[in-house]
Amino acid sequence: MGNIIEAAIPLIFSGLAMSVVFQASLFNMGAEGIFFFSAAVISFIAIWAPLPHGIHQTTIIVAGALVGAIIMSIIGILKAKFGASELVSSLMMNNVLLGVGSYLMTKYLRDPMASQGSYPYAKTALFSSIVPGTRIHLGLIIALIVTGLVYVFIYRTKWGYEIRMVGQNKSFAEYSGINVVKVIMISHIVSGLISGMGGAVESIAMHKRFEWSMLPGFGFDGALIAMLANNNPLGVIFSSLFVAYLRTGADIVARLSDVPTELVTILQSLVILLISAERFLHSYKQRWIERGIGNE
Amino acid sequence: MSEYLLRMEDISKIYPNGVVANKNINFRLKKGEIHALLGENGAGKSTLMKILFGMEKPSSGKIFLNNEELEMNSSKDAIAKGIGMVHQHFTLIDSFTVAQNVTLGIEPKKGFFVNEEEAIKFTKELSDKYKLYIDPKAITGTLPVGLKQKIEILKALARGAKILILDEPTAVLTPQETEQLFAELINLKNQGHTIIFISHKIREVKEISDRITILRNGCQVGEFLTNEVTEQEISNKIVGWKIDSKVEKKELKEGEVRIRVKNLSYTSKDKSPILKDLSFIVRAGTIFGIAGVQGNGQTELVEILTKTRNIQNGTIEINGVDIRNLNIKTLRDLGYSYIPEDRMLKGVASNASVSENLISDEYDSPKLCKKSILRKGEISKLAKSLVKQYSIKCSGIEAKVGSLSGGNIQKIVVARECKNIPKVLIAEQPTRGVDIGAANIIHRELVKLRDEGCAILLVSADLSELMKLCDRLAVMYEGEIVAYFDDLSQVTESELGLCMLGAKKHAPEQIGRMLYE
Repeated sequence: MGNIIEAAIPLIFSGLAMSVVFQASLFNMGAEGIFFFSAAVISFIAIWAPLPHGIHQTTIIVAGALVGAIIMSIIGILKAKFGASELVSSLMMNNVLLGVGSYLMTKYLRDPMASQGSYPYAKTALFSSIVPGTRIHLGLIIALIVTGLVYVFIYRTKWGYEIRMVGQNKSFAEYSGINVVKVIMISHIVSGLISGMGGAVESIAMHKRFEWSMLPGFGFDGALIAMLANNNPLGVIFSSLFVAYLRTGADIVARLSDVPTELVTILQSLVILLISAERFLHSYKQRWIERGIGNE
Repeated sequence: MSEYLLRMEDISKIYPNGVVANKNINFRLKKGEIHALLGENGAGKSTLMKILFGMEKPSSGKIFLNNEELEMNSSKDAIAKGIGMVHQHFTLIDSFTVAQNVTLGIEPKKGFFVNEEEAIKFTKELSDKYKLYIDPKAITGTLPVGLKQKIEILKALARGAKILILDEPTAVLTPQETEQLFAELINLKNQGHTIIFISHKIREVKEISDRITILRNGCQVGEFLTNEVTEQEISNKIVGWKIDSKVEKKELKEGEVRIRVKNLSYTSKDKSPILKDLSFIVRAGTIFGIAGVQGNGQTELVEILTKTRNIQNGTIEINGVDIRNLNIKTLRDLGYSYIPEDRMLKGVASNASVSENLISDEYDSPKLCKKSILRKGEISKLAKSLVKQYSIKCSGIEAKVGSLSGGNIQKIVVARECKNIPKVLIAEQPTRGVDIGAANIIHRELVKLRDEGCAILLVSADLSELMKLCDRLAVMYEGEIVAYFDDLSQVTESELGLCMLGAKKHAPEQIGRMLYE
């Protein structure tokens, strides 16, 4: 159980980040690279900044969020001003971030004493477990708070309304006087804040040093999670737990029996297929509409 | 029963968005006749023909060809049965030669390659046989529209079409080209082909067809022998012109100029002039109508007025403010509203709820939004009262708009645009494709706004609507205002019709009267 929850924490962050951009019908996969890169950047602070416990973690998380926001706003500008497909530019951006991140790693962060990874983070920068006997950390609380904030943002504020209307029908939003360029920027920046925060939280809680040498895959999982949750922030929590459950279960199954972990990947793909098949019950719906009209 | 070559029985078509395009239509075709299918835009002509051509599946009903039931899954099946269609928008490849276009998909082969010479010979023989003369080696893109249409007809004939469907073939033709087309059609008929001729131009239909089927609002009005009905009778049947459905209007009280369009011109990308030096004014407390057959520049005019298309030449002032550099938001802040022609595309977000759709123009006003947080209570109060006031039929304010019927969706658009008594309202085909009940509610709303001093520009192809509502009426033809009426009680339908078809033009002095100060 503890394993599932700790695995779900980064998924909640990336799921939220994805659901914000998906709400605006923007298919941005940048969360993937941002998770990696913000973890690399905050490693500098985590290793060398002499800050007291508490303030140190806060600084790290804020810095991670800012890094994410800056990167996303680049993709946002490309989309809003030049009409570049956010899908393409975010995927490209992931590669760029991987390259730059690896450079920072090998040039500045690598610990010659360790076989792999950076210098260890300072003790004051780490999150410790909050539930004895598990590795569940303070990140869970942060994730839940952020979920609440994102929910309010999407469904209760005027910006959320704008984002949703642009996502539903861009022509309609324009016609109503909504500034679509602004909406694209806002949704990108918010999404960047969340994913950057996620990268920072994950690295100071679950790792004691920067250890990633490849993109961690959270971004793509986030897309799946947001889809499962129908882009509803509250749903993201449950779908994150579901995916984390599948993952943890896969590990256990693989350890105890001959069933390979890949089987879970197949299961996941099936889930995606069924969910994205919008026309699944189409003919049924059509009959329902016709009956409704016939009765009028 | 064998009298008929083709029978479509009890055809109904309901689109997924709940629009009823055809309702229990019985369409019968005799061999060797030219049968006209008449009706206004949105009456269901095209849908019916798409069903016949296998492009759409009917929701119910059967099709019989030579007393044999047809089961069609795509237009391929229709072509195999000898049904050919010439679409309103051509489906030709511009860079190909005529012969290549005609034989596209059925090319004569020489081993692995296309036998060009054979294709040219084939096209030549075909065009000689049907007296549709055209140079098979010409490049399609360089030809005028009339010839392109010939290619389309040849294409259908090359695939063995015995029944030819022509979807508004004369909409794009000049009068001379039309004459020629008619001669060709008569020739085709004499060679034993059967032709379905879709149109909304009564005169042409009268001239060329043997029998007529008229549709209105998706229903069949009747089937007639052409020489047994007069033009007047036909047009009454098409529009369902009913004077009795008059709305109560208060006496005309004109206020200041709210919309002023001065010397507006617009040229499309391919350099054809769309709007030619338009000038008109709309005053507070009046409904200014623009009539015209679709495609004479009305769409572009509205797009420019609503800032979805840039102003090229000329000026537009709304409430005395030049709108050239304004965005839609600032324009709306001037007290301007717009009911778009295509409600699904622009008017609503169909997956959003009724209440969300009702507030999209003022979600950030202090009434509904406090410190960037939307005020749920106020919003649902407003939505509930609007749903009641406009009798919008829905399961609740949280229902998805896409699940409502066309008329109710349009009521949502009208409710949103009219709720704050705008200063200027641009209404583009506000009752197109909606049922009579909803249309009446919308008409009453427009008149109410006028009585309260709003300046309304009503662009419509529905003559009865214009006659019922307008105080002033201009007719657009080929991007120009060709006629202006300031007293609608003097206007006859036939005069209006003549102006719309460009057969009659008012003197400049008469048109100039609409710029009165």
